[in-house]
Order: sequence, then structure tokens, then C-alpha cells
Amino acid sequence: MPDATGLELVAQRVRSAVNDDAVVDTLHAHGQATLQVAPASVHEVLSHLRDDDEEPYEFLASLHGCDYLPEEPRLGVHYQLLSMDRCERLNVKTRLTVEEPQLHSVVDLYPTAHAQEREVYDFFGVEFMGHPDLRRILMPEDYVGHPQRRDFPMGGEPVIFTFNEHELPRWYD
Amino acid sequence: MEVTRTKLSGRSQEMRARGLKAQQMLRGELEGADLQEHVEKSLLLSRFEDAQNWARKNAIFPLGFGLACCAIEMITVIGSPRNDLARFGAEAIRFTPRQADLLILSGRVSTKMAPVIRRIYEQMLEPKWVISMGACASSAGMFNNYALVAGADKFLPIDVYVPGCPPRPEALMYGIMQLQDKIQGSPHQGWRERYRSAGTEEGLGESIPAPAYSGHGDDA
Repeated sequence: MPDATGLELVAQRVRSAVNDDAVVDTLHAHGQATLQVAPASVHEVLSHLRDDDEEPYEFLASLHGCDYLPEEPRLGVHYQLLSMDRCERLNVKTRLTVEEPQLHSVVDLYPTAHAQEREVYDFFGVEFMGHPDLRRILMPEDYVGHPQRRDFPMGGEPVIFTFNEHELPRWYD
Repeated sequence: MEVTRTKLSGRSQEMRARGLKAQQMLRGELEGADLQEHVEKSLLLSRFEDAQNWARKNAIFPLGFGLACCAIEMITVIGSPRNDLARFGAEAIRFTPRQADLLILSGRVSTKMAPVIRRIYEQMLEPKWVISMGACASSAGMFNNYALVAGADKFLPIDVYVPGCPPRPEALMYGIMQLQDKIQGSPHQGWRERYRSAGTEEGLGESIPAPAYSGHGDDA
């Protein structure tokens, strides 16, 4: 883990290598370093961190989505990077709006992102541009909606217990 | 050790006498009242359907098919000597639906798996039976959300529901015994007949005939 100072140094190097607006924020909490980046420059930042940085992160340990409703922008995509040599981890986060959920795919940098980007697309509706095969991965192909978004209805059926059988009389009719 | 010779008595003597009678009959030496008496004593009369169902219920071939955590309990039933499914003639697990006639839905049925299960069910040969094992397969259980089918009976005819989360192996054994009763024609378990809904099974194109029902016990 880079410490708070190390994180600021990483952010500084990313800013100078990519551009000044690439890093939106840095956060160091619970021993974890997080770099929040603008969605437009995610690919460049990860490319820099993998290849050109003086402390490179060559391994993408996890890529996952998140929904921060009611905050705006709502959708989050997290990239958890790992350096096997230095045994250091770095989180890279980005935030997207539901209206414009487009993000550049990182499959060309990290092939492991292939299935994980499909999962984020399936559950949160983030569209990864440049992904070679962006299809649903867990839900059926003809499924409508992105079920892990927080405003997605829970689904299922009401269950009648003794405490609510009077509130839901014969709901199944 | 002292060896003593005793005369045959009681039941064993009777068995020996019947054996001799059978020998005589095969040689054509029995005639008249003797022949009549021997036939009445040694034949068991039944309806063909009853005999057929008796054979069916004691030769169930379960499909080796697990869906989720209930499958662990199901494997305990079908694969362990402690529960010994061979007692019911059901120890021959088939891993192809073409040779199986009991589908045990052991676990949660996701919306993506439902068409696959339906297809497996269609591939099984008649007569075939389905046990819905555990809360998830029967009603989506604790996973009451977008991902699961709330009750496999929405797309399959289910014969026996085994409650539990997961059911103990004993419960599944009891379910299999209930299924045996049903196969033999117990009127209490033929819900399709009870609700006069035979022929309402969903299918592609023509409807699937219901498992043969002997009508046994309808008079009672």
C-alpha cells in the first residue's frame, strides 16, 4: 500500500503524465489508497500505471461496479490494482452518471477485465466502449434492466406470514 | 457338539409339502381338486397396472443432478451407505436424462437455469417424476428476488415437495417414500387427478401425457 504521501506522489505523476484533470480526488483511509479519476481518462491512467509509472501496477485484481444512489454521479466503477513485486495495492475509482454510463474498456490492458466488465455491464448498465464482446454474463440474454442498481425493483413475490396476511389478502389472485 | 435329528413340523413341513405339490404339478401328476387347491394357494392375482406400478416404484432411477446446496444433502441420500437408497431400488443414479425417471430439484432455480431444467425434464422418458427439494426449489426460499423463479412448479409439474433449508437426508428419503406411494397410486398424492387437471402440463406443441395413474383407491 502506498501511504498517504506515496498516494499524493502517484497522483502527481499521473497528473503530469496524463493531464491535470485526470485525478479528481485522492483518499487514504483504513490503510487503503484510492485514486479517484475522471471517467474520460480511466484508460490513460491505467495504461500509465501499468506501463510507464516508476512504480507500476501490472495486475488488475478486481474490477467491479457500485451504485451510490442517492449521490450523484451515481454509478461507480472500481479497479483494484496490485503490484506483485512491491506487494502494493492501489484502488482506482471513477464515477459515472446513469444518463451517460459510457466508459473506455481496459480489456486491452488487462485481459482479466473481459468477464468482469461484462458483469458490471449486466448488473449496473455501464457500457464499456471497445470491449470485444459486451453481452450479459449472468442474467438471461433477453433480460430487461440492470438488477443491481438500487432503484431496480427487488422482484420476487410477497411472502405471507401471520403478521401480514391481513395486509395482503389473497395477493396471488 | 450334539447333533439331533428332528421331524419337520409346523411351517417348514407345510413349505416342504407345497414344494412337493409344485413338483407334482410340473410333472402333470396333480388333478382335480388338488390342482385347484394348489393354484389358489400359489398364485397372487392383481391388476396389471398395480403390478406395473409396483415394479416402477421399486426401480426409480434418479437423475444425478444438483442445483445448489441442497445437492449436498441429496448426494448424501443417493450416494451414501448410511441412507442406502438401494433399499428402495433407486440406487442406480443416471447422469443422462434419457435414462432417468426421477428429477430431484436440489437447490435454487434461477431464471437462467429454468429453461435448461425444463429441457432436461422434456428429455426424460415417461413415466417421470419430479421432487422439489428444499425451500428454494419450492418457493424461492430466502432468495425472493429478481434472480430466481419463485417455485419450480411454475414451469414443471412437481410430484413431491420436501420442505427444509436444506432438508435433512431423512426428509428426502421420506419424500422418495411418498413418491413411491404416489407411483403405486395413492389417491391422496395425485393432485393432478384430484383437481381434474390431467393434461394441463405445459409443453411445446402437444401436451405431455401425465404419468400413468392406475385409478387404484378411487372407489374408496
